[in-house]
Amino acid sequence: MVATLPPKPETYGRAPGWPPDDGGNRDNGGGFDKPSPPPSAYRLGMGLALVSIFMLFVAFTSAYVIRQGQGQDWQPINLPVVLWLTTALLLLSSVTLERARQRLRHGDELMCNRWLTATTLLGLGFLIGQFVAWRQLAADGIYINTNPHSSFFYMLTAAHGLHLAGGLVGLGYITVKMWRQSYQLALAAGLWTHPKKELAIDLMSLYWHFMDGLWVYLFVLLFAWT
Amino acid sequence: MGATVAILIWAVTAATLWMFLSGRWPMPELISLHGQGWDSQYLMTIIIVGIAFTLAQIGLGWCVFKFTDKKPGPATYTEGSAKVETTWTLITAAVFVMLGITGQRVWAHFHLTDPPRDALMIEVTGQQFAWNVRYPGPDGVFGRTDVKLVDDAAGNPLGLDDKDPAARDDVVTQNQVAVPVNRPIRLILKSKDVTHNFFVPHARMKQDAVPGLATFMHFTLTKPGKYEVACAELCGQLHWQMKAFINVMSDEEFQNWLKERAP
Amino acid sequence: MEPTTTIHHHAPPSSFIRKYIFSTDHKIIGLQYYFLALVAAFIGMGLSLLMRIKLAWPTETWPTLAALFPEGFAGGQMKPEFYLAMLTMHGTIMVFFVLTTAPQGGFGNYFLPMQIGAADMAFPVLNMLSFWFTFVGFVVLMAAFFVTGGAPISGWTGYPPLSALGQIAGPGLGLGQDLWVISIAIFCVASLLGALNFISTMLNMRTKGLDLFKLPLTCWAWFTTAVLALLAFPVLLAGGVLLLLDRNAGSSFFLPEGLIVSGKVINRSGGSPILWQHLFWYFGHPEVYIAILPGMGATSQILATFARKPVYGYRAMVIAIFAIGLLGFFVWGHHMFVSGMSPFSGLAFSVITLTIGIPSAIKTFNWLGTLWGGRIRFTSAMLFSIGFVSLFVSGGVTGMVLGQSSLDLFYHDTYFVVGHFHMIMGVAAIFAMFAGTYYWFPKMFGRMMHEGLGRLHFWLSFIGVYAIFVPMHILGVMGHPRRYAQSTAYEFLGSALPLHEFITVAAIIMALGQFIFLFNLFWSMKKGAKAPDNPWEATTLEWATSSPPPFDNFGGRQLVVHHGPYEYSVPGAPKDYIMQTDPPLAVAKH
Repeated sequence: MVATLPPKPETYGRAPGWPPDDGGNRDNGGGFDKPSPPPSAYRLGMGLALVSIFMLFVAFTSAYVIRQGQGQDWQPINLPVVLWLTTALLLLSSVTLERARQRLRHGDELMCNRWLTATTLLGLGFLIGQFVAWRQLAADGIYINTNPHSSFFYMLTAAHGLHLAGGLVGLGYITVKMWRQSYQLALAAGLWTHPKKELAIDLMSLYWHFMDGLWVYLFVLLFAWT
Repeated sequence: MGATVAILIWAVTAATLWMFLSGRWPMPELISLHGQGWDSQYLMTIIIVGIAFTLAQIGLGWCVFKFTDKKPGPATYTEGSAKVETTWTLITAAVFVMLGITGQRVWAHFHLTDPPRDALMIEVTGQQFAWNVRYPGPDGVFGRTDVKLVDDAAGNPLGLDDKDPAARDDVVTQNQVAVPVNRPIRLILKSKDVTHNFFVPHARMKQDAVPGLATFMHFTLTKPGKYEVACAELCGQLHWQMKAFINVMSDEEFQNWLKERAP
Repeated sequence: MEPTTTIHHHAPPSSFIRKYIFSTDHKIIGLQYYFLALVAAFIGMGLSLLMRIKLAWPTETWPTLAALFPEGFAGGQMKPEFYLAMLTMHGTIMVFFVLTTAPQGGFGNYFLPMQIGAADMAFPVLNMLSFWFTFVGFVVLMAAFFVTGGAPISGWTGYPPLSALGQIAGPGLGLGQDLWVISIAIFCVASLLGALNFISTMLNMRTKGLDLFKLPLTCWAWFTTAVLALLAFPVLLAGGVLLLLDRNAGSSFFLPEGLIVSGKVINRSGGSPILWQHLFWYFGHPEVYIAILPGMGATSQILATFARKPVYGYRAMVIAIFAIGLLGFFVWGHHMFVSGMSPFSGLAFSVITLTIGIPSAIKTFNWLGTLWGGRIRFTSAMLFSIGFVSLFVSGGVTGMVLGQSSLDLFYHDTYFVVGHFHMIMGVAAIFAMFAGTYYWFPKMFGRMMHEGLGRLHFWLSFIGVYAIFVPMHILGVMGHPRRYAQSTAYEFLGSALPLHEFITVAAIIMALGQFIFLFNLFWSMKKGAKAPDNPWEATTLEWATSSPPPFDNFGGRQLVVHHGPYEYSVPGAPKDYIMQTDPPLAVAKH
């Protein structure tokens, strides 16, 4: 590596033109923009969030497996039929979200918005269905403290439902924002450029598909795996 | 400054060594068979660890004593030496793994060997804040118990079921464990409420008493006398008072002791 | 028509609330974490002194304290349940809100972006949220002091059934215990948000030329800590959810059949108390490294700066940090040798535990190697870092005793354990925080701390720590169980009382010494000498900007890194340090 020694030791370690002349910047009051992180940071951040949610459910699963092998009080509850419907709704919502993403990539914003709306409604339908399943179980006299399997059923569906509800809030926000922007109503709230729209929907779909897969996993764990 | 810091480090090192070596605060006197292995493993560990501790502290003191900014010339520029680093890594690895492996003998002796068939069975059940001790009686069988029959006030802390003939001759005491000297003992630990821990410092042993689970200890005590048993798992506000005695006696005395308490 | 582009101007907020309270600036958030931890540390220290008083003078009456805590000191003497409440809260506050909060949330937040040449963390809003979650968690925990029944008495490990049964099992186990669980759960969420932010930031926001192997060791430590937090805290969160349901929803995850508590049969069945221990320690052991790894990073950085030498074996240090973090996930069983789990797993956990000694020893050797041949400048920061190395050795070697399942047959839950973990994850980590404070204070506040007071603080703390925690090991050798409100019930602990008195007196003196630090901290903020940009002649990027830094850290400049993090005393260089941003040199290094 060949280079020259710095010209003046006094300015060693200083970039040219530093410090800036406006002395006002020397406490926390400078006027410079803070650049946004690259899209890859958002994707990584979402991935890491999913890793931590994954660990949460790994811990629940290990508790489930240990608890099932322990004691003689494990009485599986009957699968509430409405769960087949909610599962179908959620799987369908992943498909519609993919359609939305694909439409946006083709620049067809209107269709994208429609598919997003469909996804939101399907997600809402899933949550309502889960709630119906709870009410049905309660009507049959099965509560969280009835037996360990029902404890796990309520706990796992609630934990998943909460995460999904969080996703639904995000999805709803994106959908509303996209519609408003299509009708040019969103000027004050700040506009999304095309890459930003793609990023938002990409991140959303990462989360949503994960929740979808998680639900299928929980469904299998609760009702097929013994 | 460097010299002061060095002297300070060496002084606390010396004080620490003195506290461990002076013998003013000894470990409780040893009374168990497996404890001999325990004591020698501990002695070896503490010597190795003590040497490591002393050398590292002396070295640290030496560095700050020697290499102050009063020393002329610039600092030695080095980014490390793969050879030196590999050497000391291998040495520590060898020592630590060796310690880990030799320590397993005591563990295996205590936990992985089966007690002989003629081992004396004792059941100890913890509760807030006492130890219930049960001997199977002449028939050698622990009788049936039922949670519904538990009644501390009526003197039935374990819920012995009188309808079971095996239960009628069971000897139950509280906080008093009598054991014959030099005879293998198999202790069954249970708990009625929260987790406790049956700790006999003189015997170098402890084991949790977990509700809903039976845990086991198997040991032989070699010295007659009365020794304290402490609870070593936080069990509530009177945790510190949850104390029992283990009374090591001759076989004859032990038989009499049991007879006196036979129901 | 194309919509007109809106202006994304991230000018620094000027209102007090946006600037100092709900700030998204990582520097403000770092300070918020730091001061939260400072408050928590002094509360935790106060609780420990109350405990020490009870241990040293168990039957003394304390009219003044009785006036302050009428319930805890009914009749003038401290009640054992009050002692246990202090113990539980001391442990919880210190582990979560000091040892996890200050080194990572405080220093990490402030200096990770600066050391990688970034203007902020990757997700500033998330960063703000993670602080405020932590804060709410702390408030919820503090609330436990003020509810009926008082703070919980089940220890910071909260083992069920004791923690799951409610008021019936003892005072403080009602609402107090619920608040404890909720606080921990909130803290878990906060830590997870923080962790993913740290990881994304370090991987995505590095400035030009800053390869991974040019990162300061502090960054590696914060990064590894974040990875540990990301994988460990969800498991604690899961445990907390299950415990909360056992307490309030009638489930029985941790409660077995046939429990009889205070004469009442508990109508639960089938649960396993040991399941909690597995979940808790799966988190709990990595948590130890979450507390100490940032301290190791800071120590490496400070030793190099003031020895005027590169860190010895930089790559080995990075590998050792990772090795410690990785192995930390496979050793949780060493907290459970006597719990009733399979003795065969005891064998495995024991051997893996001892192998953690290897990377730890590498770190120690390399710190000594860094000092060797140096030209040490004895600043307060350096003194505390040297103290850290000494404590790390002292606390580390006893791990070789406790890591052996066989020796644990005697030492489990004795004062030997208390001495061990206070030395290594307690005060060693706190020494690193002190070192970090003395080291980075000029950057954070633009003023120098008072060196004389700093030195005095070091002498008192260093001697104090050894005077407190070495005798605790000796209590352990005697077989003294921990979590005892008093030792007087036992004959084999006959000689414990004088040691307890000695420890208590030492603790009081040392606690007073901490007020010197507190005074120095606040006095220096107002009256300290003006700090230059790079007062220690250090090399890393946080020193390449003004003290304190401007809102965006580097005044709109993009830094370009040409050098490794610790280029001190490079032969042929015009000065004894080369900053990472300095232009490339044409000199032979070797």
